[in-house]
Amino acid sequence: MTASNLQSSTGAVMVVGGGIAAIQASLDLADSGYYVYLVEKSAAIGGVMSQLDKTFPTNDCSMCILSPKLVEAGRHANIELITLAEVQELKGQVGDFTVKLREKARYVDLSKCIACGVCAEKCPKKVDDEFNRGLNKRKAAYVKYPQAVPLKYAIDKDNCIFFQKGKCRACEKFCPAGAIDFEQKDRERQIKVGAVILAAGFKPYDPVNYAQYAYAKLPNVVTALEFERILSASGPWMGHLVRPGDEKEPKKVAWLQCVGSRDINHCDHPYCSSVCCMYAIKEAVIAKEHSHGDLDTAIFFMDMRTFGKDFERTYVNAAKSGVRFVRSRVHSITETPETDLRIEYADDAGMLIAENFDLVVLSQGLEMNPETAEMCQRLGVDLAPSQFVATGSFDPVATSREGVFVCGALAGPKDIPISVVEASAAACAASAKLASSRGSLVQTREIPAQRPVLGDTPRVGVFVCSCGINIAGVVDVKAVMEYAATLPNVAYVENNLFTCSQDTQDKMAKVIAEKGLNRIVVAACSPRTHEPLFQETLQAAGLNKYLFDMANIRNQDSWVHAEEPEKATEKAKDQVRMAVAKASLLEPLNEVQLSVNPTAMVIGGGLAGMNAALNLASQGFATHLVERDNALGGNARLLRITAKGEEVQPYLAELAEKVKTDPLITTHLGATVETVEGFVGNFKTALAKDGGQEMIEHGAVVIATGAGEYKPDEYLYGQDPRIMTHLELDSALLSGELDPAKVDNAVFIQCVGSREPERPYCSKVCCTHTVETALHLKKHNPESRVIVLYRDMRTFGEREILYKEARAAGVLFVRYDVERKARVAKEGDDLFVYVWDHVLGRELKLPADLVGLASAIVSHRDQALAQMFKIPQDDDGWFLEAHVKLRPVDFATDGVFMAGLAHYPKPIEEAVAQAQAAVSRAVTVLSKPEITLPGTVAVIDQNKCVGCGVCWAVCAYSAISQDDKGLAVVNEALCKGCGTCVASCRSGAPNLRGFSNQDVMAQITTMLQG
Amino acid sequence: MSSEFEPKILAICCQWCSYAAADLAGTMRLQYPANIRIVRVPCTGRIDILHLLKPFEEGVDGVFVSGCLLDDCHYVNGNYKCTRRVAYAKRLLEQLGVEPERLEMYYNSSAMGPQFAQTCIDFTQRIKELGPLFSSDAACDAA
Repeated sequence: MTASNLQSSTGAVMVVGGGIAAIQASLDLADSGYYVYLVEKSAAIGGVMSQLDKTFPTNDCSMCILSPKLVEAGRHANIELITLAEVQELKGQVGDFTVKLREKARYVDLSKCIACGVCAEKCPKKVDDEFNRGLNKRKAAYVKYPQAVPLKYAIDKDNCIFFQKGKCRACEKFCPAGAIDFEQKDRERQIKVGAVILAAGFKPYDPVNYAQYAYAKLPNVVTALEFERILSASGPWMGHLVRPGDEKEPKKVAWLQCVGSRDINHCDHPYCSSVCCMYAIKEAVIAKEHSHGDLDTAIFFMDMRTFGKDFERTYVNAAKSGVRFVRSRVHSITETPETDLRIEYADDAGMLIAENFDLVVLSQGLEMNPETAEMCQRLGVDLAPSQFVATGSFDPVATSREGVFVCGALAGPKDIPISVVEASAAACAASAKLASSRGSLVQTREIPAQRPVLGDTPRVGVFVCSCGINIAGVVDVKAVMEYAATLPNVAYVENNLFTCSQDTQDKMAKVIAEKGLNRIVVAACSPRTHEPLFQETLQAAGLNKYLFDMANIRNQDSWVHAEEPEKATEKAKDQVRMAVAKASLLEPLNEVQLSVNPTAMVIGGGLAGMNAALNLASQGFATHLVERDNALGGNARLLRITAKGEEVQPYLAELAEKVKTDPLITTHLGATVETVEGFVGNFKTALAKDGGQEMIEHGAVVIATGAGEYKPDEYLYGQDPRIMTHLELDSALLSGELDPAKVDNAVFIQCVGSREPERPYCSKVCCTHTVETALHLKKHNPESRVIVLYRDMRTFGEREILYKEARAAGVLFVRYDVERKARVAKEGDDLFVYVWDHVLGRELKLPADLVGLASAIVSHRDQALAQMFKIPQDDDGWFLEAHVKLRPVDFATDGVFMAGLAHYPKPIEEAVAQAQAAVSRAVTVLSKPEITLPGTVAVIDQNKCVGCGVCWAVCAYSAISQDDKGLAVVNEALCKGCGTCVASCRSGAPNLRGFSNQDVMAQITTMLQG
Repeated sequence: MSSEFEPKILAICCQWCSYAAADLAGTMRLQYPANIRIVRVPCTGRIDILHLLKPFEEGVDGVFVSGCLLDDCHYVNGNYKCTRRVAYAKRLLEQLGVEPERLEMYYNSSAMGPQFAQTCIDFTQRIKELGPLFSSDAACDAA
């Protein structure tokens, strides 16, 4: 079976897991025509990312960037969230699977729970809060975390007093919504799907086995994830940096790296966990920010593995900001009588040193969760020796069972962006199998025709919610309702126990029709969670959904002024008055529909570009593949093997052949992009080829233009044929020009051109490539002397096993400092490499008949292409994605995506995954006949515009341009509705629909009119 | 005594971070003074200079803007633009005889419920100490 799709299949996919990878895979599939069952083991989705304080390297707030995705997944018409559930069995085959699920009882009726928290407040049973890693307590009736999706409480049966002792039921008695249901039973479900995506994540390693670190005994020795919760503003100490033992602010904090990684003594984990170096740096930097005094931070490490995009800069900046980096594996932690923690370690020179700290963070590794491993075995999915799910480099999201895909840390330790890339890639791979059933099971909502209201006198309906007692317990809702009735334009008022309940929604739709209401204000909770729900009701009643506003009288009133009911009631009145004033001015907004040309373009015919084109074609989209060279293949034509030992050339030949024979792919060789017009759904790109020009219309584009190899100007490169870069060396080995059996003395020099001031980044692949090549030489000539000169060995993830093999095979590794680089010298006909050895304290003279230079990967710095597609580049020339963490293959410009080395140096499996991910993202555009743009966009009043150009200069999305009269005009397809142009105009020409100058001003001017 | 004075304060919050932080403060049941009325905008970059000055004309005693953390703006850099606008508006206020401390820019991410509540507490306290708008000698002199 190849990537070609099946004739008949079930148009639904099950995604197992609830972390960021599972959420991204679900969203991609649901947005491209499939029904998704998202199956999560705990009571809410969010995974480990929801527990993090910040994310590296940008130090974005983790919850801020995750939360919109959670809400989107929770509200999506084609994603069914199934929480507290586990997969028992998988029968059938790709296209036609039946999954048996076991769903645990929640004992809370999801349709009734309003997440008021009274059950938890009244519950007498306290248990360790696993979300806060046991640093504080929660109740047996609980919500996983404050921003949880679904935002519904659950009863933890194992700890519930009623279930354990037969008495209590306090939650049931006090629940204002009657949502507690002790009669619920665990149940089994059979679900039919066409494919399955496993995204169940990892388990943070429990360092209890490291007896000499005394984690179980010493309260001030914490794990990294515990430290995330300590730093988090919503954690047990509300973001105050304290140590758990005595809640005192620490003055000195140490991080110990590789706890549960690169270790086969305490645990069977020969691999590197890939993320710990970066998270330790992040935690140290953030901890310094949190502490008000001078916090001393030290990271004890073996190799600093900052190999990703902008990681090296983060490392360098952290060192500059005073984080100490100590290269040593710490022997033990002991407690002093003053409850300080004494760390003993050996320095570079072998001297034993002891230092006291008051808090120690163990940088725990990632491991396979044994329960997930069991599930994989039940499903017939093979595991790698590391125990993570086994995958291949050329099909990085496929498992051993056809139709079952994997993404995220379940397939090996990795960070968030790579997990997100793999999630989209898995969605692409599943979608490719099921393309014939696309759209067969999706649900669409029928929207009745809109009643025209423009020009009518506003008739505002105000619905004041009691939210059980959440609002009514503090705010006098009756008084608020009566007050609302006196406000201008208000035609109807009502108080509801729960305005969001289904019966109130039905009634609201009826009232809108009966009373002829044309604006609605709901005074209740937050628009962030509930606006879409109420807007749906407006639409069902034939009202434009933008004729709506909310007064947030719960989260921003009753809950924060619980002790001041009178003031809270006054505030609620003010809030309602301000909302009514704004609502009275609201106008129906048009959501522009853009037709989509279901044709794709891929720029770059290397490994990533070819994969992108083939995946687009397998999903049924005609694709133009543009390559400036006269042959396909790119840099991969010079590569020998992958980190997993697969041969690259046969694969590449097969790939090129498939591209050539695919009827949906048109290949343009020797072609370059000349001009680009248009926007998402409708691009017009002119190609220069064969001395002429060809115009191509397409709906989306994938940029896969690759990168080049740095040509060194040091180490005598170019002056002797025995001194070669990596690609030259691979080529020579491939062609047989270099016989590995005849190499007696090989020296590899790492970081040639990388991690230098002019290129302050790590090229990511070179350490592994050197280790592979060194092993190859050793295999063909076991007596040879192979020496690797390195700064930090960055064999991340399961590549660490290769590093271990190389050492076992006798490859010697000598570390050097950048201040004291090696020298290559030619003495007569002989080559020698001189290098300072730290351990011996003297210079070594190494004879060499081969010098391998691990030279950097460099950007093509294609400014012209960047400008044509309006895509930014970073300081190093890499294309800059829309969001480093959560939109790794998207650009801020819609309809433009990227894959491969153009983004940053990366190994083959990541380039392939990115290609699949870019396709998945592109298909969310291409699979729809038209796309709907939000109505809240900027508009220019050209009568006021003088064409000064300020607005198009400040627009971060290039959404404003100059028309033929020289005046500003907004392209609604590009506008994101931030309103920056409105605030910057000197003549008041732009306005923002939904948040117009008048709307905002109305709220300001009515604020004091109470 | 100034403890009798209950200032009216306007807070303008961006919907991605600070408005969410205000919601979170509620979810966490953190208590802060009931003097603040929040207006939601998509981005602090959308806030016009007039939105910062008009409230004082209306008699509001203090105004603060709360946006995403710097470099975390959902719309690239709107919070930087607003930061400059707030600084400019403070200078204008000073010339008009309004204490510039009555206007402030804060940054609260959506996970910073406690910090948002603290912002409200601190700012309310600040305005209480300043007293009602146009109450100080400096203001009288300038007026």
